[in-house]
Amino acid sequence: MSDTAAPLAAPRAARKSGIRRALSHPSTIIGGTLVLFFCLVAIFAPLIAPFDPTASNWGLVRQAPSAAHWFGTDDLGRDVLSRVIYGARASLAAGIIAVAIAIALGVPLGLIAGYFGGIVDMVISRITDALLAVPFLVLAIALAAFLGASLQNAMIAIGVSATPIFIRLTRGQVLSIRNEDYVTAVRALGVRDRHIIMSHILPNVLAPIVVQGTITMAVAVLAEASLAFLGLGQRPPAPSWGSMLDISRQFLTEAPWMSVWPGVAIIAVVLGFNLLGDGLNDTLTPQQDGD
Amino acid sequence: MLSFILRRLLISIPTLLLVSVMVFLLLKLLPGDPALALAGQEPDPEVIEFIRAKYGLDQPLPVQYVTWLGGILQGDFGTSIRTRLPIGEMIAERLPVTLQLSLQAMVIALLIGIPAGVVAAIKRGTFIDYTVSLIGLGGLSIPSFWLGIMLILFFAVSLGWLPSGGYVSFVESPIDNLRYTLLPSLVLGTAAAAIVMRHTRSSMISVLKQDFIRTARAKGLKENIVVIRHALRNGLIPVVTTSTLHLGELLSGAVLTEQVFGIPGFGKMIVDGVFSRDYAVVQAVVMCSAVIFILLSLIADIAYVILSPRLRS
Repeated sequence: MSDTAAPLAAPRAARKSGIRRALSHPSTIIGGTLVLFFCLVAIFAPLIAPFDPTASNWGLVRQAPSAAHWFGTDDLGRDVLSRVIYGARASLAAGIIAVAIAIALGVPLGLIAGYFGGIVDMVISRITDALLAVPFLVLAIALAAFLGASLQNAMIAIGVSATPIFIRLTRGQVLSIRNEDYVTAVRALGVRDRHIIMSHILPNVLAPIVVQGTITMAVAVLAEASLAFLGLGQRPPAPSWGSMLDISRQFLTEAPWMSVWPGVAIIAVVLGFNLLGDGLNDTLTPQQDGD
Repeated sequence: MLSFILRRLLISIPTLLLVSVMVFLLLKLLPGDPALALAGQEPDPEVIEFIRAKYGLDQPLPVQYVTWLGGILQGDFGTSIRTRLPIGEMIAERLPVTLQLSLQAMVIALLIGIPAGVVAAIKRGTFIDYTVSLIGLGGLSIPSFWLGIMLILFFAVSLGWLPSGGYVSFVESPIDNLRYTLLPSLVLGTAAAAIVMRHTRSSMISVLKQDFIRTARAKGLKENIVVIRHALRNGLIPVVTTSTLHLGELLSGAVLTEQVFGIPGFGKMIVDGVFSRDYAVVQAVVMCSAVIFILLSLIADIAYVILSPRLRS
């Protein structure tokens, strides 16, 4: 029994140490803490926010930061702090869901293209090339515009725009291990392609996908803020950091505080995902020269 | 070399065709009948028929596609329903504005990014390296539109040194042109500087490990000469390629920056197009950005071959 358990236990132990190494990397710790903090803020927004984020108050229009309203109030007398707190919801949801869409579409297509090769690969790869030729944000804007302005459509647009990144990454990873001895061995045993892909290929290409997924969340949060800033995201009055910044531009001289905090929040979340991605990249993927 | 360029050009043709199919279908899949939209309120059925026939909307999709593509190949992107101008002319007028911004941004990015990356690589693992790297990651994390707002707040609203937005062409007044494009270029250049810095750092780290660097040091050359003349020369090759490719991304960033500063460039064109439901304009912008990106990646490949002697044969 112990004889058969040993070789199985070895890679698991190795993976565990990789995760442990990731968890002790300073970038992962700082980035993870930032992301976790904003996740908690988003989840417990109703408990933390001092005011209703959508309740306007005509007596309190554009008040400077005070003891009652730490971040001041906006053009409709709404509490900016409460809106920033609730804005974490749209931002994080967009980041996570857009990346989930991109992974759900991109990874299977990349696995298929890389594993089967031939005409399937050619078709998938050409479409990927074509999508990658359009700048990320331009593609997201075009898709969001055609789908119609809403948070849900913004997530779809960002997710679809990010899909080719995952197709290309997964395909490349599969190509690099497809002809490894252990894959040839299971194929020679007559194991079905589906089983080979799911049990032998996928686990071995997962680490770079996790790293890319984390970095893409940073990109997606920025993209959501950008779309909302352009009026293609979350619909008012629901708060979103991007649209808060868009409105703040009209009151730069009268109420500069309106434009500061939503931006700080975006930077914190995006920096969090970027640090997390960098830390995971250093610890989970094989060390490359120069990194 | 020539055959390499030709081969690369040939490879990019199917990609461009595919982009054009996708861009074309994107518009066709839109709910709503463009003929109805053009005919105005309470349209006459005859008018609708006339519009359909005039714009070829009564033809089968493949025919419409070929007609559309044929037009584009001759520089005819159709007419903007908002400005009533030929879209090709609008692009020709606006693209140089964005190009100027992007080039100025790239100059800023290289001036900041390369020295910062070299210093971080030489001081790898030290406090200086961590600080530079963290600032670099910060530069990647700042939303360009927010940075734009903050710069306007500081330099235009508080200090009153620079205009808060608008644009004057170089031909009209070179000095005003610079005053209007300085802040937007700085905004665009920040993220680009961060990217250049990261590439320079990792490229320099791998070059500094190589044997010829050890040889140069063993010869007793001064460290400055080793770093600048031996390492940097080689380390910059991948930086040149990625910077060229990044110029395409700057176009993307220009969308937001031009929106913040009210600059009538190529990037703002797509935003204006989206809001006036001028979908032919959106189509044209997407198509053009793909062409520009593919051209830039071609230039990047050629530059790489020219710069690295090992690939020259």
